[in-house]
Amino acid sequence: MTLKTVLAGTASLCLIAGAVQAQDQEPITLGIPVFLSGAASGPFGLPQRNAAEVIIAELNAGNLPAPYDTKGINGRMVEANYVDEAADAVQEYRNMAEREGVDAVVGYTSSGNCKAVAPLAEELQQLTVLVDCGTPQIFESVVTDPTYLFRTGPTGTIDSVGAARYLVDTGVDMSEVAGINQNYAWGQDAWADFTGSLIALDTGSDIATEQFPQVFAGQYGAEISALLTSGAKAIHTSFWGGDLEAFILQAAPRGLFARSAVVMTTGEAAMQRLPNEIPEGAIIGARGPYSYFAPESELATWFRDAYEKAHGQPPSYPAWKMAQALLGLKSAWEKAGSDDPAAIAKAFENLEYETPAGTVRMAIGNGHQAVQGIAYGTYKQDADGNPGVENVIAYAAECVNPPNDTTAAAWIEAGFPGASCN
Amino acid sequence: MMPTLDFRRDHLFVAVLALLVIVGFFLPSWMRFLIQTAMASGLVALGVMLQMRAGLVSFGQGLFFCIGGYAVGLLAAKAGITDVALLLPAAALAALVIGLVLGLLLSRYREIFYAMLTLAVSMILYGLLVKAASLGSTDGFNIPAVSYFGFVPDQAARPDWSYALTGVVVLAGCLGALAYLRSGAGAMLDAVRENEIRLSYLGTSPRVLVFVVYAVAAVLSGLGGGLWAISSGHVDPEMTYWTTSGQFVFVALLAGRGSVVAPVMAYFLLELLRTYALDIAPNAWQLILGSAMLAVIVLLPRGLWSLVARART
Repeated sequence: MTLKTVLAGTASLCLIAGAVQAQDQEPITLGIPVFLSGAASGPFGLPQRNAAEVIIAELNAGNLPAPYDTKGINGRMVEANYVDEAADAVQEYRNMAEREGVDAVVGYTSSGNCKAVAPLAEELQQLTVLVDCGTPQIFESVVTDPTYLFRTGPTGTIDSVGAARYLVDTGVDMSEVAGINQNYAWGQDAWADFTGSLIALDTGSDIATEQFPQVFAGQYGAEISALLTSGAKAIHTSFWGGDLEAFILQAAPRGLFARSAVVMTTGEAAMQRLPNEIPEGAIIGARGPYSYFAPESELATWFRDAYEKAHGQPPSYPAWKMAQALLGLKSAWEKAGSDDPAAIAKAFENLEYETPAGTVRMAIGNGHQAVQGIAYGTYKQDADGNPGVENVIAYAAECVNPPNDTTAAAWIEAGFPGASCN
Repeated sequence: MMPTLDFRRDHLFVAVLALLVIVGFFLPSWMRFLIQTAMASGLVALGVMLQMRAGLVSFGQGLFFCIGGYAVGLLAAKAGITDVALLLPAAALAALVIGLVLGLLLSRYREIFYAMLTLAVSMILYGLLVKAASLGSTDGFNIPAVSYFGFVPDQAARPDWSYALTGVVVLAGCLGALAYLRSGAGAMLDAVRENEIRLSYLGTSPRVLVFVVYAVAAVLSGLGGGLWAISSGHVDPEMTYWTTSGQFVFVALLAGRGSVVAPVMAYFLLELLRTYALDIAPNAWQLILGSAMLAVIVLLPRGLWSLVARART
């Protein structure tokens, strides 16, 4: 036996041992808190869970296109543990981290829940990826020195900044502007950012009326009348879910959309459900470059097809955000090449990775908060009645996000310093 | 069977609870946290139970839970006062002051009017907090780590300290409630429920009794809210939403009125059931919870404590 054969033999033995080990490895368990009950379950929780099911099943089967064509995450299979976000977030987060011992937590839609669990992620040193939640406060004031906490969804800031820019860029008369937003943190923040953006863009707008109905009120007759009589040429709304659908159904027959340019920052989520009721020309957003606004790519086409095959309808934007979170975790994990949470967190920082919605960069919040661009367009049905968008303008991430060292509110107030738009 | 009137031996059960709290200290951390939040919330359910002894159902006890929580939160996060020696008395005091003022009005009402008015007041606070953008509206705000009489435990020891604090304060709260129930004002609560006219005829004012029980319940609930806020590190207006208040009423019903420790223990059982229901059936956990509630109401109309009471007699 020569030295060469011994070496070759040892090497092949090692390879076989390695392969056996890979198959025997314990699966990675992910705790996935999404809304499974309550008003947010239909528009957010279910598409998010459906997307997680699709992505995890296809990852385990190795069916994703490049660069995600390796099986599982770092060679290990992935298991999901779904939890209802509507229950006590802090208690259930602890249960996932300490009782179930999940390897990572991927989820959360409510900003209140994100704020409540953010310090816990650092305290328990639990790798955590926040999927959605609009508030920019997570890395601005709640956890300013993050290690284990990440958010792969862009903040709600881009919705309002993008909406204001779109109205200005499409030449809408901005002399009189009105808003209708739900009276809770989300609606208040969205409207504050929007009006701040108008000042930053120097539109010289008068606020004709600002309506703040109760969240989940369902009836907006009085508010719509107020909007109609206010004479506003442009109207902003951050309504979502059932409230958004109720608003469309009640405002369209009264001619609000014909009289004013109405921008609905989460409008995309209603397109599949109300294709014939949304008036053509209504301005639609998807809280990022998702769904109809996603740049063409193999990954985007694959995700649309795989989701539609599994669940019978195309994915709405919350599904895209979930896919983006899981792929971010996979990218970071495989870049680290280790199962050590600290190493994965290190690799996740400032990561740049591909998603169905284009490239995501973990650029702000000390490398823990994703930035993405945003696009708006006007609603249009094609000849077969399929919903779609036209007149799309996409804004780059640098155009609608604050730089790393500035809070969103301060950045808007200062008039978008450092923004670069093409 | 009449509900228990005799609280002379109830301190034994407080001792049992103290023993369980000590055992709880050595359980896994998620379970210990569950016990901790259940104890804090259980104190609020105890406040509801005291009022039930007078035949009054408070559907707005979340009001004081929230006042206690926000008192702690505002002092710690906005005013920079982070010592529990100041935070918890502030929570109790804030609840007491509001309780005394509202008590003047509410002590005039009974039955459904009392329930609806307490509910209304708690929802007014909810509405105000939702409109307060500077307090984070519905998102609420986070509370920094607290110190204990000048001592700041390091991060690893923080859960031990907050558990110990919760245990001590809740046990003290139970003993306080017990002393109250054994006093004349406490013992006469049952008389308010049974026959108010006769009570007046004997020279006692039912209105004063109701006023006192409302204030006592307010203080207990404020303390519970303060402890809960320190435990979870986050407060939001959900604390005074009617579903939160409804949960306290439910736990008081589930527990029964026979012992001051019953609401605390029942709260723990409910939380335990909830977390396992969530684990087993993430899509249908409310169904499991609802069935359990229905079963207790049908099979044990006097609450879970009736099992203990029956074993004693």
